[in-house]
Amino acid sequence: MLNIFQNIEISHYIYLSCVLFCIGLFGVLFRRNAIILLMCIELMLNAVNLLFAAFSEYMGDKDANGQMFVFFIMVVAAAEAAVGLAILVMVYRNTRKTDVSFLDSLKD
Amino acid sequence: MGNISNLPIPFLVLSFITILCALYVVTSKNPVHSVLALILTFFSISAHYILLNAQFLAIVNLMVYAGAIMVLFLFVLMLLNLSKDSEPVKSNLWGVAAAISAGLLLVIITASFQKTGIAIMQGNAPEIGLVKNLGRVLMTEYLVPFELSGILFIAAMVGAVLLGKRDGATVQEIMDLNNETDNA
Repeated sequence: MLNIFQNIEISHYIYLSCVLFCIGLFGVLFRRNAIILLMCIELMLNAVNLLFAAFSEYMGDKDANGQMFVFFIMVVAAAEAAVGLAILVMVYRNTRKTDVSFLDSLKD
Repeated sequence: MGNISNLPIPFLVLSFITILCALYVVTSKNPVHSVLALILTFFSISAHYILLNAQFLAIVNLMVYAGAIMVLFLFVLMLLNLSKDSEPVKSNLWGVAAAISAGLLLVIITASFQKTGIAIMQGNAPEIGLVKNLGRVLMTEYLVPFELSGILFIAAMVGAVLLGKRDGATVQEIMDLNNETDNA
């Protein structure tokens, strides 16, 4: 497995994670469907997870701290998805829409 | 910055698939297609984890993300019956603005680490990502955060049930309401 990394630098993983994160950010800014928004947030979290795992490999020592952080980010992401989708179902029940541009009643 | 043609084929192919699927998630009109493309993205990220000697993370990523979270998304999507109604079309100006913002962030992030040193990955010991080692670390060094995440899950579960519950309405009333809105 290790000989795969003879040519990979940490910067390639940084580029990949940055591109994934920015795609997720573009989705959050561009889309209006709240479900797609949540999915783009999951995409951004995954980009960060990938970077954590890559740096854990890059450090190359005996501890697994980077991988533990990925584990805890996954825990928080699961809780966030559950609560977010529950809020979304409630919003849909009250407004019959999942379009976030209608959710501006706090502005008034 | 390293030469891209030196990169191993598995890394290139996986990165290509990842970015392509992520782009499809964002641009697809049909939300169900977005969910399926996101599942594919998670699969390829799991393959990246395996390349990075994080075997346990790869399996957890598949089970938690592709297995649990995306099925939850799919259920909500089917429940709300959004698969065929398309969202209102945003003007192109919004797309341009969003693309410029995201592109600027990409440029800033990549430019900010250009000056830092670049090194070859040293490589973990292969057994570091196995469940035996991670479980030991989780139960010794990270015991308190581990228990706290259990409390977080209970809180999230109670919150989701409370938010999702329609107070005081029976099933018959809900079905009547749904019929009315369908007829209207």
